[in-house]
Amino acid sequence: MTTLDTRPIHDEVPGNYLTFRRGILSWIFTLDHKRIGVMYLVAVLVSFFVGGVMALLVRTKLLFPGEVEWMTFDQYNKAFTLHGAIMVFLVIIPSIPAALGNFVLPIMLGAKDVAFPRLNLFSFYLWIMGAICAVYSLIAGGFDTGWTFYTPYSSQFSTGGTIPVLVGVFILGFSSIFTGVNFVVTIHKLRPPGMTWFRMPLFLWALYATALIQILATPVLGITVALLVVERAFNIGIFDPVMGGDPVLFQHFFWFYSHPAVYIMILPGMGIISEIIAVHSHRHIFGFRFIAFSSIAIAIFSFLVWGHHMFTSGQSPLMNVLFSAITFSVAIPSAVKVFNWLATLYKGSISLNTAMWYGLSFIFLFTIGGLTGIPLAVLSTDIHLHDTYFVVAHFHYVMMGSALIAMIGGLHHWWPKMTGRMFNETWGKIGCALVFVGFNMTFFTQFMLGSQGMPRRYYMYKPEFQIYHHISTGGSYIMGLGFVITAIYLLHSLFAGRKAPANPWGGASLEWQCTSPPPHDNFSVTPRVGDCYDFSAVSWDEKQQGYVVDVEAHVAAAQSGKGH
Amino acid sequence: MSHSASHADSHGHGSHGHGDHAKYPFLAHHFDTPNQQFESGKLGMWVFLATEVLFFGALFVMYAILRFKDPQVFSYAANYLDTILGGINTCVLILSSLTMAIGVRAAQTNKKGLLSLCLALTLAGAIGFLVIKYFEYTHKFHLNLKWGQAFYQPVTEADAAAAKVEAKPVENPVLAISSPNPSAGASTVSLASPPPADKTAIAAPKMGPDGVATTEMVEAVDKPVHAAHPEGPHLLDPDMPANTHRFFAIYYIMTGLHGIHVVIGVGVIGWLLVGSLRGRYSSDYYTPVDLVGLYWHVVDLVWIFLFPLFYLIH
Repeated sequence: MTTLDTRPIHDEVPGNYLTFRRGILSWIFTLDHKRIGVMYLVAVLVSFFVGGVMALLVRTKLLFPGEVEWMTFDQYNKAFTLHGAIMVFLVIIPSIPAALGNFVLPIMLGAKDVAFPRLNLFSFYLWIMGAICAVYSLIAGGFDTGWTFYTPYSSQFSTGGTIPVLVGVFILGFSSIFTGVNFVVTIHKLRPPGMTWFRMPLFLWALYATALIQILATPVLGITVALLVVERAFNIGIFDPVMGGDPVLFQHFFWFYSHPAVYIMILPGMGIISEIIAVHSHRHIFGFRFIAFSSIAIAIFSFLVWGHHMFTSGQSPLMNVLFSAITFSVAIPSAVKVFNWLATLYKGSISLNTAMWYGLSFIFLFTIGGLTGIPLAVLSTDIHLHDTYFVVAHFHYVMMGSALIAMIGGLHHWWPKMTGRMFNETWGKIGCALVFVGFNMTFFTQFMLGSQGMPRRYYMYKPEFQIYHHISTGGSYIMGLGFVITAIYLLHSLFAGRKAPANPWGGASLEWQCTSPPPHDNFSVTPRVGDCYDFSAVSWDEKQQGYVVDVEAHVAAAQSGKGH
Repeated sequence: MSHSASHADSHGHGSHGHGDHAKYPFLAHHFDTPNQQFESGKLGMWVFLATEVLFFGALFVMYAILRFKDPQVFSYAANYLDTILGGINTCVLILSSLTMAIGVRAAQTNKKGLLSLCLALTLAGAIGFLVIKYFEYTHKFHLNLKWGQAFYQPVTEADAAAAKVEAKPVENPVLAISSPNPSAGASTVSLASPPPADKTAIAAPKMGPDGVATTEMVEAVDKPVHAAHPEGPHLLDPDMPANTHRFFAIYYIMTGLHGIHVVIGVGVIGWLLVGSLRGRYSSDYYTPVDLVGLYWHVVDLVWIFLFPLFYLIH
């Protein structure tokens, strides 16, 4: 980061946020939402690398059934647990809101910063402390509970690193809560004149809905893991059946957070896709209000479906039926979004940029991930599919194929804005294609495995499953190669990339109206707000090698109601 | 949102309100007006308090579930709580909420002396609450009213040894849990005691057909040493319902978490008091006083629910 800071990459822009102050201390103590966003991004990507290595180790071991020389059963259990916990708590949950959201939200809104910059920095250091706890848990013996920490295994057995990682999850929860508080207040109170709720880009609607879930669901996770720590340390008998406790109570508490958490992961991704699809199709988003309100609807539904994780845990049949029915209803707002994206693409003048490749990948993968959720919501089929690779494939299509692909897409979409450099489009598309093909190889085979009864988390499998495991592991290597290529050309662009224009893709929202990279205060004058999806006043400028927005015409069109 | 109107009036396009920033040194660079900053802080605090409600809300749900399962435990165990001390603590907290509210009003009306006085009184109330709570806890520890298996054990190692030798082991109903399946044959299960310190040393439990410990397992465990002990009157009571320890587990968790919030309250109110004595707050700028006031009222409110739910059930 310091190398980024000290290198004057934008001579013609005297004060961008990267050169505003110099030295490592100016990053460590920064209150600038853009720098905090960049620090989050680096931290999240490092965690993503570690979690990815764990995934590749697990997949490599699964080339062969049973124990292999270089990995014992015990290490295998710890490796997949670590993969899940890192990817969920350290990567996907903070990736879009805390990293990209932190950077983009105030600029898109037309504000100078988030409402509470100190809280924002504090939240980042809470993330660091949580990550340190997770690392410490490895030294203390690791943990092999699976990322769900189910009792009574986690409360009475498991290995020595369980309490440290639970403390880490507790701390990470507060990091997430504070980010949510910041975003809600920023969106309510820091909108400039003219930025009404329905002028707000859909990414901000998605972040707002996400923040509501972060605020209302995360405290329950916090108290749940706190209770689990107390139970494990003092055996108080709340989750321990021998002491008269109820292990299913833990499952209820855990999923009351962790199901909404799935929407913490996917909602911001949907917001990014709304931006990418509209900007790179150069066409007004179709059904703005439907997409906006479907985000809020998903946030509300997310609190009412947690029981669908416990169809086989001995809930009453009435509860099962209710949770199943409400789970089906989540399909409605999700499908509203997909159909609106497709309608936006229709007759758009599509630029097939790398970001758009990721956007189209998202629509494809999210559709598969969403539709395979239906057999899991149906009570009868879920009995068969519960805890099989079908579930693993389903949530990887949603969490990775959708949320993470959206995050990578958003990274490409805003990379020129964040770094001031253009990356290589050809390599970008090669990377995206490898990830897409590798992803489907890895996880589509797992649908087949799961429907034939291969249980998740097992190190042993029947010989006839080996071919599927081989294809799946091969796919994971292709995917890994795709990510390595992506990392290489993005890092290369920092040093050798073409300087980015202010508006390389032709966007009309406010972040494209400040320079790339943005100045320290984002806007030297209070920005004037038009319709962020009205591209009629956006034109290509040969001299800048980028697009320019005719602000007068843009704002006038919005005021006269044109473009809607 | 009243601020948006004033915001738009006082600053047209292109203005960032540098005048306001020069006039109000406390105004952060990214806000345009003091009012916008105040309202942001206030909304932020309300949103944070919503997370606090959810935080305690999960515990209240757990309380409801446990009480629904074992109502007799709650009505029995509540007798061991000191209603007088709990009542005094309730009054102390309500009074400290009153002084906090008067303090916020004093800050708004620029009465700096009254503000300092009220903050000092609130701080005294918060510390007083903690002192009373300390005596309650230590008294219960003395009576061995603890959480988990410690609830059933004599207080010290020496006591344990003495109890083993002297006391006549009585048929102990304390740890009994009823088997949900009569066909399993085991009507009661007793726990080995004391538990091994190293949890990994615990053998994997044998599971009966209904998922509960089998008869063999019941016979295999040692006879408990939960002998009668003068320091634990509940251990002498043959009428004590099963699972009474869970009442005390949830009592310590909920009042303990509330106590942690009071400790945080002591910290921030003390910080306010220092600031107030230095004259930092005035009718122009009293945001921290207002926000801490909101926090303190919520801490009181949680106690208003905790007090009847634990002390006043019979």
